Amino acid sequence: MDRPFRRGVLDCAPFVLIIVPFGALFGVLATEAGLPVSQVMAFSVVVIAGAAQFTAVQLMAEGAPAAVVIASALAVNLRMVMYSAAMVPHLGSAPLWQRAGLAYMLVDQSFALAQATYEAQPNLPVARKVAYFAGLIALLFPTWVGATWVGAVLGAQVPESWGLDFALPLTFLALVGPMLRSRAHMAAAFVAVVAALLLTWLPWNLGLICAGLLGMATGAEVERRMS
Amino acid sequence: MNVWAIIVILGVLTYLTRFAFLGLVGNRPLPAWFERHLRYTAVSILPALAVPLVVWPDAVGTAPELARLVAAGAALGVAAWRRDAIAGVIAGGLVMVLVAAFQ
Repeated sequence: MDRPFRRGVLDCAPFVLIIVPFGALFGVLATEAGLPVSQVMAFSVVVIAGAAQFTAVQLMAEGAPAAVVIASALAVNLRMVMYSAAMVPHLGSAPLWQRAGLAYMLVDQSFALAQATYEAQPNLPVARKVAYFAGLIALLFPTWVGATWVGAVLGAQVPESWGLDFALPLTFLALVGPMLRSRAHMAAAFVAVVAALLLTWLPWNLGLICAGLLGMATGAEVERRMS
Repeated sequence: MNVWAIIVILGVLTYLTRFAFLGLVGNRPLPAWFERHLRYTAVSILPALAVPLVVWPDAVGTAPELARLVAAGAALGVAAWRRDAIAGVIAGGLVMVLVAAFQ
């Protein structure tokens, strides 16, 4: 891959269209919940996790105790531990300061695009993998923070008819599509989806984590039997 | 506890979830069985996150919307077929617009 940084920027460019309204929506909701602009921005800069930020602000608006706010938002983010582990085979040999920097911006979109690219090009040198990841977050992070600011300061409202709540799951499914390259991958996705639908009753978003683990175990088992 | 404390604590803990493996394991080799599981992280977690939101956009147990189910299927199917996530997003979006136009 030539110019991996540039490739990263280009690959995630279309997802800016989804992130902008989402960041703006967070800015609007957090402001309506009574947070000053400084705190709204701090959320997007420090936490950088859409779903967890929405959860935290909603609970704060409802007057939940701080410990409940933190625990609930953290449960939403527990999947990041798995993302972090999945990046080890690809980025583990990079210098610590680079890994520490990339970890800060390991979000759903950057993880999904990086994983898809690294799997398609397993022999890419680690420096190029790092550059590709840097390209992804060089666009994703400022977009997320900038969109939050637009929502918080300008109060840019997103019409409900845009079906924004649907844009995010749609993007995630589209990101997964190209990765369904083997029977093991398809089996993993299938089991994870069925489990996620059956386990929605579990508290603290644990259904997602359990479904993910079941899917991963399925994929690994199918791969082992077929090799 | 004030809001600043919540933001900082949540930020630090979230960072630790992201740093946990990537930062601490680094270049040490992972057991083969573990690495085999990790290859299926993305294809497991992302659909498990997305599909319940597609089926029950408002709350668990409410009636699923046919348009969303078809659009989600189109996004996944086209993305898998063309090996292109963007093509999937466009296909899903088009289906949503078309269904809305004919409703």
